Amino acid sequence: MKQFTGRVVAKGTVSAPALVSHGGLNTLASFQKALQFGDKKATCGDQNNPDLYGKQMAGKALCLPRTIGSTTGGLVLYCACSMKRQPACMLFSEPIDSLAAAGAILQDVWLDDVQMPVIDCLGEEFLNYVQDGMTITVKENGVVEVD
Amino acid sequence: MLLTQEQQEILNGSRGKTLAKVMETLVRYGELYDADAMIPVTGKYNHLVTSFGLKALTPVYELMDQLIAEGAVSGTKFSADPRPLDKNVPSSFLQNIIFNHFMYSKQDFYEDQLQKLGLMEKDAFTCTCYMDEVGNTPKKGDVLSWSESSAVVYANSVLAARCNRNSGIIDLMGAICGFVPRFGLLTDEGRKAKWIVEVRTTKKPEAQLLGSAIGMKVMEDVPYIKGLDKWLGSLDDDAKAYLKDMGAATASNGAVGLYHVAGITPEAVEQGEELILPDAQVYVIDDAELQRVYDSYPVIWKNKEATPKLCFMGCPHMSLHQLIDWTERVEQGLKAAGNKKVVIPTVFTAAPAVIEKFNATPYAARLKETGVILSYICPLMYMNNPLSAKMPVITSSNKLRTYTSARYYTDDEILAQITKGGN
Repeated sequence: MKQFTGRVVAKGTVSAPALVSHGGLNTLASFQKALQFGDKKATCGDQNNPDLYGKQMAGKALCLPRTIGSTTGGLVLYCACSMKRQPACMLFSEPIDSLAAAGAILQDVWLDDVQMPVIDCLGEEFLNYVQDGMTITVKENGVVEVD
Repeated sequence: MLLTQEQQEILNGSRGKTLAKVMETLVRYGELYDADAMIPVTGKYNHLVTSFGLKALTPVYELMDQLIAEGAVSGTKFSADPRPLDKNVPSSFLQNIIFNHFMYSKQDFYEDQLQKLGLMEKDAFTCTCYMDEVGNTPKKGDVLSWSESSAVVYANSVLAARCNRNSGIIDLMGAICGFVPRFGLLTDEGRKAKWIVEVRTTKKPEAQLLGSAIGMKVMEDVPYIKGLDKWLGSLDDDAKAYLKDMGAATASNGAVGLYHVAGITPEAVEQGEELILPDAQVYVIDDAELQRVYDSYPVIWKNKEATPKLCFMGCPHMSLHQLIDWTERVEQGLKAAGNKKVVIPTVFTAAPAVIEKFNATPYAARLKETGVILSYICPLMYMNNPLSAKMPVITSSNKLRTYTSARYYTDDEILAQITKGGN
């Protein structure tokens, strides 16, 4: 088991299997099909992301460097949360980008019945170490345990 | 973050629970980036990225309903991104069912919401809101709460306004409160360049390709571009259109929110190399580098040799000047190829106000004669569904290439494809 500490963007605790994207997550491309066509597993629809394409994102501890793409990114994440198709948590190796930050804060402030902890600044080593399927535990104080 | 008494009172609920939550959202957003204060939005109009009544975004419409019901509407009127539907754009029977009954079934409802929230006027739908014909052109130094990456990068770079790369909803919330957190591109320090880009090409570089190369290299940093003034001359209509297309590519292929062009863009003209940070990295772009970038684009069509079924030009929307220029180019291309009409269904897109002005010129009839369709549609919204994604669509837009299955070609290659059927 290895422990990493980051900054809490949206607090909460959760334990979930890891899903790792080494490239930036294009939020609109990844979630749109799932939100549009009722896919509760939120299967990633971004053909340009070989790490995630075709994999279930809902309920996973999504580990990534940053998000990229359209400035609809924040509201797409908000919608995924509102429709209960969000990842269990989002864990960023880099400082969070402004689009993902918007999604993280919007769901935290505006949705009472949803919890998606978001931690950033976990460092490059975190993303090098974590692999799909490893068990991730997120604590309130920004500590992330990878098992 | 230091809040004024008025801001603190809003946060404490003096103007209702909903506005308090709007303020909380903005304060938390700013705190993540060490914003020192909430500063007034000074731009006359706002711009929103969300223009589409996409069923998948139902939670957003519910949130907007809540804002309207509580009277938390924008004090600033706004334009919005292009509409997703236009019956003039070719689509199959199945696509029409998908567009009208599944994807954009909430379009009318959403446009009604936008009217209530403060839309500038009923046709204020374009990604190039800053064009003179549209009328949402910020002044130098204006503080904005915009989203739409291509509009933000243009407002910052070409108009010297100040705006961060905001997400949808955050854009609207800034306008509702009238304040935005000061960080990043709203500060003098945040507008300094971490990269020097040296353009050393033997001919004027393709705007969309140059922007792509810069975006992929510098990602979210600010570049200071040298050697481009030689090709652009001055900041005239031609140069503005060029920078519009280059900027959109920097913002979509990377996450650039501001670039400076030596001798051309306002801040570079005023401050010169003082805008460059001492430890700036250098990226040299020559003909070989542009070719390398071009060759790196994956073609994700199932059949890579498929004959294109549609061509989109105008992502971001074309300027009046570009429409006129391209009318002449298509006419000349057809004449040289011995054809009367374009051989691939081709759509040029522009803002409704630009189309109106273009339609008042003799060029409108000439363009129609070539078979090119003129539309206000958002090509991205047309392409963002499984049916369209399977179509072999070509484009000269690097933004459209990045977000969809559309295949990129240079302007000359596109001209050859649509006028004679090959490059």
